[in-house]
Amino acid sequence: MEFGLSEEHLMVQRMVRDFAAKEVAPTIQEQDRLGCMAPHVIPRMAELGILGITIPVKYGGQGMDYISLGLACEELEAVDTSLRVVISVHNGLTCLTLLQWGTEEQKKEFLIPLAKGEKIGCGAFTEPGAGSDFAHIQATGKKDGNSYILNGEKMWISLASAADYAVVTVRTTPDANQAYQGLSTFLVDLDTPGVTRDDLHGKLGIRAGSTGWISFQDVQVPAENMIGQEGEGFKVTMSAFDSGRYTVAAGATGLIRAALNSSTNYADQRRAFGEKISDLQLIQAKIARMALDYQASRLLYLKAGWMKNQGIRNTRETSAAKWYATEASFQAASEAVQIHGAYGFSDEYPVERYLRNAKGALIYEGSSEIQALIQADYALDRRHDKKLRKESPPYDQESWT
Amino acid sequence: MKIVVCVKQVPDTAATMVVENGNISWGDAPLIINPWDEFAVEAALNLAADHGGEVTALCLGKEEETEAIKHALAMGADAAVMVSDPALEGSDNVAASKVISAAITKIGEVDLVLFGQQSVDTDTGLLPVQVARLLNWPSLTLVSKFEGITPAEGRLQVVRSMEEGNQVVESRMPAVVSVTKDYGEPRYPSFMGIRKASKAEYPVWSLADLGIDPPSSTIAWPEVSEPAEKEIVTEVIDGDTPEEKAKNLIDKLIAEKVL
Amino acid sequence: MTKKILAYIDHFHGKVQSASWEGMGLAVRIAADSGGEAAALILGEGIKDLADQAFHYGADQVYLADHAVLKDFRPEPLTDLITAAAEEYQPDVMIFPTTTRGRTLAGMAAVDLDTGVMVDVINLDWGGGKLSATRPIYGGKLFAKLTCSSSPEIVTLRTRAFDKPEPDPERSGTVTNLDVKLDPADQTTKVLDHQEKASAVSLSDASVIVTGGRGTAVNPALTPPDDLDEEAVEKWKAEKGFALVQNLADVLGAAVGASRAAVDAGYIEYDHQVGQTGKVVSPDLYIACGISGAIQHLAGMRSSKVIVAINKDPDAPIFNFARFGMVGDMHEILPPLTDGLKAYLEG
Repeated sequence: MEFGLSEEHLMVQRMVRDFAAKEVAPTIQEQDRLGCMAPHVIPRMAELGILGITIPVKYGGQGMDYISLGLACEELEAVDTSLRVVISVHNGLTCLTLLQWGTEEQKKEFLIPLAKGEKIGCGAFTEPGAGSDFAHIQATGKKDGNSYILNGEKMWISLASAADYAVVTVRTTPDANQAYQGLSTFLVDLDTPGVTRDDLHGKLGIRAGSTGWISFQDVQVPAENMIGQEGEGFKVTMSAFDSGRYTVAAGATGLIRAALNSSTNYADQRRAFGEKISDLQLIQAKIARMALDYQASRLLYLKAGWMKNQGIRNTRETSAAKWYATEASFQAASEAVQIHGAYGFSDEYPVERYLRNAKGALIYEGSSEIQALIQADYALDRRHDKKLRKESPPYDQESWT
Repeated sequence: MKIVVCVKQVPDTAATMVVENGNISWGDAPLIINPWDEFAVEAALNLAADHGGEVTALCLGKEEETEAIKHALAMGADAAVMVSDPALEGSDNVAASKVISAAITKIGEVDLVLFGQQSVDTDTGLLPVQVARLLNWPSLTLVSKFEGITPAEGRLQVVRSMEEGNQVVESRMPAVVSVTKDYGEPRYPSFMGIRKASKAEYPVWSLADLGIDPPSSTIAWPEVSEPAEKEIVTEVIDGDTPEEKAKNLIDKLIAEKVL
Repeated sequence: MTKKILAYIDHFHGKVQSASWEGMGLAVRIAADSGGEAAALILGEGIKDLADQAFHYGADQVYLADHAVLKDFRPEPLTDLITAAAEEYQPDVMIFPTTTRGRTLAGMAAVDLDTGVMVDVINLDWGGGKLSATRPIYGGKLFAKLTCSSSPEIVTLRTRAFDKPEPDPERSGTVTNLDVKLDPADQTTKVLDHQEKASAVSLSDASVIVTGGRGTAVNPALTPPDDLDEEAVEKWKAEKGFALVQNLADVLGAAVGASRAAVDAGYIEYDHQVGQTGKVVSPDLYIACGISGAIQHLAGMRSSKVIVAINKDPDAPIFNFARFGMVGDMHEILPPLTDGLKAYLEG
């Protein structure tokens, strides 16, 4: 069993770390306060190939493996969650979904520009009235000759206003036997007439990012844009989450590390009761817990990444990594604020931003409660993953480069 | 045009350096390419792209220390050479310069040798000038800009820094140049570069391969120490008038040698 | 054992880098302790009068070459002459200032003379037969004591690590002119031009930083124009306060920094902010003017080598971290401080 990171992985880690530290970190505090992403960030990520890191070269990507994707997410979120969210929805929900379920034509037409960062993608699944209860979404897609006409509202969509494409799941068979069997997924060009979208404001966290809503009013989508087959929408969406969730887990691990570093730095400087507070045991206990959670989260997501590389179904492991890392990151950020005392309550230090950012991850990409139910199903042997018609492709350096 | 960039491997600049049993230790801090060298690699890659040529990264170190050489390859260097020999342990600058000069001679037909302006560990900045002297090639240190290069005619024009301002110098080639931060931000390794670098194979030359005997060193470091842990003792500067206070402070600052 | 010390005098078109005289002073001290002699080495064009200065600073002898081919700095012809001088004088020790030129010339001469260089020395022991030179390594995180087993032992001295001697205008000595056998046509390099550098010092690189805080706007001695409202008066006063900070910075060749409070109040741009949410700096000298020193500011500058704090409030937290503290009004202290430092540095 090889637990070490390869030379390649270490170089990827260092490269993304340097980029985030040099080009985003210096102004991130300001951007969080302004409530938007700095305009150079996404174009720079595109330029550096980060938006296509885990897509084969022949589809416009960089041909790196799934572990590299995870490492990149960890480094990005250590600076700010908003950076990793871009990867989650663009690389995870959009690119990897196309890679897994797309036809060759769809990959050529959509995946190539997406992986190159020429187009930006997002995932439009959640609705105002349905999140966890995804099977009961209400947006519809009605077949009309060679197209489908989409109607409905999607909400809490990251990059809604900036994206060019969205992966959208709607109900195409209203009277299916089981609600989840009547869904289909489409790749929608957001410039299509009938699409309106805008940003949502007033979020607790991830303020340096963009979250919005998309409204579909008689939007005509070519039938060739259906990802997977009619009725497979639920499966396609769950696959999308297997990809997105992985990036969230890796990112949350980076957040724990950021909280840990802030805490140790501060605790080594701040003095109280005649000594550095890092010499006080109650402070040490908090730091120890953060350090432990960092180690555990890291192992969980790296294992999931390894399984993805091998082409082994990893819904269980990815869900576990997401659940553990996100809950731990919220705890870590909260304790980091505590360690900073009153300064933690002020935006003078980054820890309050970590805390506000961390909370979101417990809600999106499958809430903690959903993850718990998934884990229980596996643990009680009530869930057996059947082979999918299209499996997530394993990493193969030769064919991917 | 054939360009050789000399790179060195050093501990991460954020590392905590300590002295353990008389030896320098950086704990488990990672080893990285000397940050100054990245500017030299960037310059080399640009020159090769603009004028046609090949960039070879040359590293003097231990065979297993691959970070510096791999980083240079990942940035886009075409080839690499490592020089490694147990007899080189503890070499001083002149000895290292002799080895590097021999390696450059062995590589052959080199038009330009680039160095970072200094290394973050020993901070001497001597290698570029000593290698130049040994090869009897012009030395151009602290270059921030390459204004013109005509490899066919063997001519080079650079802007280099001195305390009093910048000097524009025309030089014959081959020449040995050290590059400053003012040159411009070095590129990140690309993902393709990272892949290529991790698979790259490059020769490792020993002193025997270079055909030279171990050069002797005259500079030794018999003792290394950590700076004394300073208890901050605030000294209050007094005076009856602001002028007197100012004068007293100036005297203290002079004594403290921080001006 | 008597020692002969050769000190290289680094200059730019005849204007001496004052660290050269520090080297001269050290050469004289080592020579005196061993009953030996100290010589200066001066190379350039139109630099004959520098020999007199060398004698004033204690040189017994001056080796000199004054030639058109040496007008602009090019290391190759200069090194040829340094080596020639060393071969003639046979010094035991050669001292160079650690200037851009001094470092290069010392390095090249070492190759010619088959010896080594101890670079950027901050302390030197010459009690025993051979030198023991202390220098910072790893960016000053550690110190190393160096020795050189061959002769001459070459050292480059860190600027201002050694005292500049008092010149004695009565002193004189002998000048030995070096043979300049260099043909301009043979030179492999040619200096085409000299350009002045842009003067702004960046915070991150600066070895000296002067910072202003809220205190820059507090100056009851100033009378603002009548037509300004309260906020404008504050900024008007701060502008004057920061001008004092800038003057001091100019004299010291320092960068100007600011506390978050000053930036938030609009006294100065965010680029200058030092602290948790600004830049983290570690200069050799940090002078904090009118800054209280709350922990988030300290986070940005606590690793400065020497911290000087000037504040009216004797209870300001910064006094717990400063090496030198002055309780007083920065507006009253900065002008004489600036003038005094200007006189010292230029003198």
